[in-house]
Amino acid sequence: MTNVSGAPGTAEKAGTPEPAGERRGSETLHFARRNPKLLIGLGIVLAFLLLGIIGPFFVDHDPNQYVGPRSQPPNGEYWLGTTTFGQDIWAQFVYGVRSTFLIGTFGGGVAFLIGTTVGFVAGYKGGIVDEILNMLTNVVLVLPALVVLIVAIAYLDVRGLFIQGVFIGLTTWPWAARAVRSQALSLATRDYVDLARLSGRRTWKIITTEIAPNMSSYLVMSFILLFGGAVLTAAGLDFIGLGPSNGVSLGLMLESAVAWSALQLGMWWWFIPPGLGITIIVGSLYILNVGLDEVFNPKLREL
Amino acid sequence: MWRYIGRKLFVYLLTFIVAVTINWMIPRFMPGDPVRSMLSRAQVSNPEALERMTTYYNEVFGLDRSLPQQYLSFWSGLLRGDLGISTMLYPEPVLDIILRAVPYTLGLLLPAILLSWIIGNRFGAFAARSKVLDNTVLPVGYVLTATPYMWLALLLAWSLGIVAGVFPVAGGYSYSLRPDFSWMFISSLLSHWVLPFLSLFIVALGGWAIGMRNMIIYELEADYANYLQALGAPRRLIRRYAFRNAMLPQITGLAVQLGTLIAGALLTEIVFNYPGLGTLILSSLNSRDFFLLQGIFLFVVIGVLIANFIIDIVYVLIDPRTRVQMTGGSS
Repeated sequence: MTNVSGAPGTAEKAGTPEPAGERRGSETLHFARRNPKLLIGLGIVLAFLLLGIIGPFFVDHDPNQYVGPRSQPPNGEYWLGTTTFGQDIWAQFVYGVRSTFLIGTFGGGVAFLIGTTVGFVAGYKGGIVDEILNMLTNVVLVLPALVVLIVAIAYLDVRGLFIQGVFIGLTTWPWAARAVRSQALSLATRDYVDLARLSGRRTWKIITTEIAPNMSSYLVMSFILLFGGAVLTAAGLDFIGLGPSNGVSLGLMLESAVAWSALQLGMWWWFIPPGLGITIIVGSLYILNVGLDEVFNPKLREL
Repeated sequence: MWRYIGRKLFVYLLTFIVAVTINWMIPRFMPGDPVRSMLSRAQVSNPEALERMTTYYNEVFGLDRSLPQQYLSFWSGLLRGDLGISTMLYPEPVLDIILRAVPYTLGLLLPAILLSWIIGNRFGAFAARSKVLDNTVLPVGYVLTATPYMWLALLLAWSLGIVAGVFPVAGGYSYSLRPDFSWMFISSLLSHWVLPFLSLFIVALGGWAIGMRNMIIYELEADYANYLQALGAPRRLIRRYAFRNAMLPQITGLAVQLGTLIAGALLTEIVFNYPGLGTLILSSLNSRDFFLLQGIFLFVVIGVLIANFIIDIVYVLIDPRTRVQMTGGSS
């Protein structure tokens, strides 16, 4: 270990993993193509993503506008029927799918950034830094996220997707930090990390170039879970009435359906599509995640 | 062991302090005037009463004093059990309103959590590594965990409540009854309890089953399981050992999932208009009753902390290693 320390060692190391990485990449692809869970999950998620991106362009009116006859069940003109006020539910659904992906990416992204940063620093630095960050993680972990969010967002008079995402990110990161920390902890003591440290590289550089790439699959899966969690949390907030003001989202659709007693009126087309949309998107993300796990983790593959 | 518990207690104390500080900070540092926005929603027609309420709330917020002083007086009020007075149900103390709602939430939450945990674990352990079951249980389980609590509640309320008409869908008991210990009241209470309980139970079940299934697969890879298998031990015996080992992370999981489960209970209550904390949150939001809202927040946090502590003690009792090592294994 000592005779390879220094700049030439690291330069050589940077050269060698290339082919190995490529071979592993094609092997991963080989298993990915044969994993039904991954393919089905990915297919459904991509289909919804496409719907969220393209769908709104085919809706020529504002989703909250009163366009049609009132309380129509699904028919040829209004695919998912209309609300008690004559709003087109299909239009709301399509815009809602779009905002679902936005809040997932945004809320999940903020949580991912905080969680991985805390996790990497705690796992790599160790000692007193780890001690303090761990304490912080545990404190935020114990606080019930949705209830904190309700109290914090209740005071805002104007709410948007952006604010909602930031708040969700700020409260849902702890478990990701924990997971990343435990992985980083075991990677931080590897020889090649020691070597990088001996060569005098910056901590941040070591984390991003030596440690993070070795747990990239893990990071991807953490992000997917955070994404799903953010979507569900946002739906809960929207349902309580703390959603974006004047926005459209699947959670807000559920809220207005309950507020205008769609249940008692038997207007199933008002409350089934939004919940089904959330369930299918998040559910297929989770199944996609299991597929990824099986592809990256040989132990689970033989099932 | 004492070091472990002491460490945990310290984290909980810290969490409580953080929660109280959040509670104190939010109304003071968010934009807007909390007192005015609160009173503008509370429909008070009598100008004299409005005047009295305004001076009262200004005094409670103590906005004319310095920040550290405000913080200290906030704590001293809290430790005296004074959570302020509600605007929604003026002049009733917040504490009384919350204490009236807590039994309903607990009655819903405790059976749902415990039953879903026990049954989900059994089911997950049973499904692991048996091809057919695994391929059906896994997707169903994931879809269940992805289901928003309020949506499943809506589906159940609509299908079993309104279309089939088997169970009532609103309230904690029939509106024509008054709470007492008669048979009529208790049966009405139970029939109103079934649907909210069921929706919480079903969503939570999926998560536990998946967690257990994954843990069992992991345990069956372990050396002791392979060794037992090589010795020719019956499948059931290996499973039993794996199950006992897999239980431990599931107990920790219970503590981690607690926040999500409580959130689920609150959302479910709103759907069924169940007279617990969730419905109280909704009505306090609608009438901008921030004292009530913050009181509920503190109550939920205290509940979570107590539950976490109980889980920690159970963990120490069940896992002999934490007792021997005397270190904080899971933290």
